[in-house]
Amino acid sequence: MQKGIDKVVVLEVEDIHKKYRGQDILKGISFKVRKGETKVIIGPSGTGKSTLLRCINQLTIPDKGRIWLEGEEVIHTKKNINQFRQKMGMVFQDFNLFDHLTALGNVEIGLTRVKRMDKDEARQKAIEELKKVGLEEQANLYPAQLSGGQKQRVSIARALAMDPKVMLFDEPTSALDPELIGEVLEVIKNLAIQGMTMILVTHEMGFARSVANEIIFMEDGKILESGPPYQLFNNPKYERTKRFLKKITELYGE
Amino acid sequence: MNEFYYFIREILLPSLFEGTLVTIKLIIFSIPLGLILGVLIAVGRVYGNRIISFLCAVYVIFFRGTPLLVQLFILYYGLPSVGIFFSPFVAAVIGFILCSCAYHSEYIRGAIQSIKSGQMMAAEALGMSRVQAILYIILPQALRRAIPGCSNEIIYLVKYSSLAFMVTCVELTGAGKIIATRYFKYTEVFLVVGIIYLLMVSVVTKFLDMLEKKLEIPGLG
Amino acid sequence: MVENFLMIFQALPYLLRGSLVTIGLVGGALFLGFIMGIPMAVGQVYGNKLIANLIFFYVWFFRGLPVLVLLFLFYFGLFSLMGLNLPAFTSAILVLGLRSAAYQSQIFRGSIQSLGEGQMLAARSLGMSKIQAIWNIILPQALRISIPGWSNEYSIILKDSAVSYAIGVMELLTRANFISTRTYKPMPVFLTCALIFLLLTYGGVKVLNLLEKKVRIPGYAYGRREI
Repeated sequence: MQKGIDKVVVLEVEDIHKKYRGQDILKGISFKVRKGETKVIIGPSGTGKSTLLRCINQLTIPDKGRIWLEGEEVIHTKKNINQFRQKMGMVFQDFNLFDHLTALGNVEIGLTRVKRMDKDEARQKAIEELKKVGLEEQANLYPAQLSGGQKQRVSIARALAMDPKVMLFDEPTSALDPELIGEVLEVIKNLAIQGMTMILVTHEMGFARSVANEIIFMEDGKILESGPPYQLFNNPKYERTKRFLKKITELYGE
Repeated sequence: MNEFYYFIREILLPSLFEGTLVTIKLIIFSIPLGLILGVLIAVGRVYGNRIISFLCAVYVIFFRGTPLLVQLFILYYGLPSVGIFFSPFVAAVIGFILCSCAYHSEYIRGAIQSIKSGQMMAAEALGMSRVQAILYIILPQALRRAIPGCSNEIIYLVKYSSLAFMVTCVELTGAGKIIATRYFKYTEVFLVVGIIYLLMVSVVTKFLDMLEKKLEIPGLG
Repeated sequence: MVENFLMIFQALPYLLRGSLVTIGLVGGALFLGFIMGIPMAVGQVYGNKLIANLIFFYVWFFRGLPVLVLLFLFYFGLFSLMGLNLPAFTSAILVLGLRSAAYQSQIFRGSIQSLGEGQMLAARSLGMSKIQAIWNIILPQALRISIPGWSNEYSIILKDSAVSYAIGVMELLTRANFISTRTYKPMPVFLTCALIFLLLTYGGVKVLNLLEKKVRIPGYAYGRREI
């Protein structure tokens, strides 16, 4: 275990199964995420990485399996689930910013409508969050007026504003032009340094290597192997892992 | 109950049948001419010179901007005062044609304008005249694209044919109104009338869908 | 010619009061259609199967029948069957409004579906309930996208409102008909009536276009959503 990581388990996932249109997408996934830890999930496309993230905050309801957030079981009942989701920030591949709201409005709306914070307080907090991602000057622009990288940073700020216990990143840079990826990764890296607990699905291997405490290699709905980056990259247990890493490094570079 | 059944079978349905025939005739006479005029107006607006294009535009603005019922009143009650007389049926058919062609023309115009300019250029490069290019290259493609819009318009026409009754042409709605008033059975009669319209709309929709499928160009979405 | 102008000039105030009745019909019907159409659209997209099917049936019925038949059915039949003794003006608003609800619900439904599911997912991921997400995120966008369809609906209702002549509502066409039978000059009267309708149609559409510009989201490309 790397130092600086608290041993408290923030999120526990146990034996998650999910079928979609008769096909098994997830076939029993279990892992624990400790406070301050960054877990990176890698694997070929179509192996259920995104589905797994959505099962964690129940945007997709798993067929089987249990999830605990800070020791409390995440159960899909109408009232409960919204409480849990506030504590799990999610960043989507295609941003999903609310197109009718400014950058500031996007960050504020969860605070005013979900957390019922008063307007001035919410505004202050939203501006703070935008500052953290370096976008205070763009606060009054609408999503359609922002670059892809800026959009993704706003969406990170939107999730962070809710003070989540854990952040879920679903391929946050896949929809971005190469020159815009860096600014988003920079923001995520800072979060890691500040001790945010995170689960990150990505194809950016160089980045994964530098921020991850543990890398999980998923294939075909299961965890094939997991371990600290140096182990997985330098000495993977399975041939399949090695082949995947080689191919992905050729495709995306380090 | 028996009495009700008797009313439906012996009184209502026979006279509604007569009315339905009139409605069908109204529709069948109106559709083809409405479509043909619609094509002409659309072509006039896109390819005509300034005057023709302007006149076509004014025509469309007038007929799409005023109620069909007002147009029918002008045809049936207005024109006789300047010496032109139509029977109710003919006035209704003329009204439907003049009005529906304005709507058709807008769908067709949109479709023509959506065809890439390369098609016209390629046709002219082959030595076709402008008219030939429009006839053989542009319209066959544009009309296919206009089918969904024009189909909609035809379905509207089925329903709006009921307005013929307002200029005393006794079609389905009119036949219903007369029976309903005589026997004081409004709800029953107009529900049956409504069902007949729903049937007609379904049949026409089905037919137009089939037509669209049949005319589809393979490989073109 | 001169006497025609004089006659029209004299009849104009009477006709314009009719236009106000017409505007009342259209405003009332659009409003009723709006407040019914939105929940119907939401029900059809997010409701369970039973609700969605009921709404589907409603839409099928009100869109499949001619407006004149609906007017007769409700005014002479169903309203009195329900024990309601409604004046013609109210009846016309109700019938035009119930029918417009069917059309408007489909406009809003199309707009909601054009948003894509990402907006809903993102809202839920923040902890919003389904209702909060629909209210705060989905509807504000869907309504903006609906304005062009809505302006079309305005022009359709305006023209359909003339049908209320059939039950004697004192709107524009009924009044024009009144004057024409009194003066024996149908042509100038009905042409004037047509002209007023024309102005109402294009004037209203113009206002709605202005509204669309005013509430437009900067940089947002309607109909073509880019990532």
